[in-house]
Amino acid sequence: MDKTGTEQISANTIGEVKSQVSTWRAFTGTLKRDLLLVFRRRSDIVNPLLFFSIAVTLFPLGISPEPEFLSEIAAGVLWVAALLATLLSLDSLFQQDMADGSLEQLVISPHPLSVLVLSKVLVHWLVTGLPLTLLAPLLAVMMFLPDEGFGTLFITLLLGTPTLSLIGAIGAALTVGLRRTGVLLTLLILPLYIPVLIFGTGAVTAAANGMDVLGHLAILGAMFMVALVMAPLAAGAALKISLNG
Amino acid sequence: MQELLSGQNLACERDDRLLFSGLDFSLNSGDVLQIAGPNGTGKTTLLRMLAGLLPDYEGEICFKGQPVSDDPDLFRENLLYIGHHPGIKLNLTPEENLRWYQSLYRPATTEQIHHALAQVKLTGYEDVPCYTLSAGQHRRVALARLFLQPSPLWVLDEPFTAIDQGGVKEIEQLIADHAQQGGAVILTTHHNLSLPAELKVINLGQSPQQKKDNGSQQTDAGEPGNG
Repeated sequence: MDKTGTEQISANTIGEVKSQVSTWRAFTGTLKRDLLLVFRRRSDIVNPLLFFSIAVTLFPLGISPEPEFLSEIAAGVLWVAALLATLLSLDSLFQQDMADGSLEQLVISPHPLSVLVLSKVLVHWLVTGLPLTLLAPLLAVMMFLPDEGFGTLFITLLLGTPTLSLIGAIGAALTVGLRRTGVLLTLLILPLYIPVLIFGTGAVTAAANGMDVLGHLAILGAMFMVALVMAPLAAGAALKISLNG
Repeated sequence: MQELLSGQNLACERDDRLLFSGLDFSLNSGDVLQIAGPNGTGKTTLLRMLAGLLPDYEGEICFKGQPVSDDPDLFRENLLYIGHHPGIKLNLTPEENLRWYQSLYRPATTEQIHHALAQVKLTGYEDVPCYTLSAGQHRRVALARLFLQPSPLWVLDEPFTAIDQGGVKEIEQLIADHAQQGGAVILTTHHNLSLPAELKVINLGQSPQQKKDNGSQQTDAGEPGNG
């Protein structure tokens, strides 16, 4: 075997390698890798969006196409559909990494696991939450959402969907080691999703009725901040437990 | 000779079964340590424990004399662990896989990555998705990390799985070179290793009676084994 490679490395085989690792580089490296993986499997982006569109479309067909009725339920329907679409996409968050062994490598890498988890959650939001948020106003037109509600719908989803991704990561991390997660992930996560749903729909309904929404938005923002700080830590700890099982 | 890794009184219980207990070993720079034993005796468990993937174990693992729990990040920077699953993304090319690994450790240029892939005989496969490669080639992609990462401590779980005979010889040589340059290697394998250097062996999976008879002699890797 060609020796040059081993010799190149031998120069610093037993040395301080601490200066060479960078958590920021690990964060961006993981981000790039996961985005590339999603790009190679585009169905992962399309599926939640398709579910979202279909679920919303069925309401006028199944209940009533009356504009007055639809405009009343629009906020709730859009938010519930977005929440369920997020929930459905959570299963795959860590599953592939677990199956091929790269999750182990994430856990034993010399970086805080929460930072790497955050990078994976960011990718999840970029490919589910963000497209859902961008698509929602379009479906809101179909649901006759009053004009005053559009801006609020967009902002609440922009604040709410990352919160959903972050909280969902905890459930995904806890259940990744199990053979069949089934409905367990949903049961674990749904109670934590309820407050986001209540304040999300509450804000849109309030805006549609011409009321002040700042209070709702402040609470959604606070939930996002708490999730941003706590969820990666909790998901990281959960991953370690799952790997141990 | 510098002590890199040592374990004192290690014990592990999985699913109410005691896999091993009272295990002591010490690994100096320049050592190659083989964990031997029949299937299901805890070889992989021991490696995962040493790599820091199993938090609940008894005993103490020290890196350069300091308990690993004191500075886990320092230990992890000095560790290169290749597990039972090679950790290769099938939808990525070998080059992209290695680039991600190097973003976690030491950044590598494209030339360095190509050089490493050439070392594991994957020239010409740099840009094809890994799902078109064979199991042995997946293992080779993972093993290419050995050329990119200057970690002194290698922990390799069955590195020869699916590798052809010529490849096994090359990896043996690589391991011997690494040890000679002051690194240390812990591995499990069912191959008969032929190394120029002295091989230490930890034998797991003796019956409790044998253990009692032999005392710590058999499990003490400080004694040279019969490689």
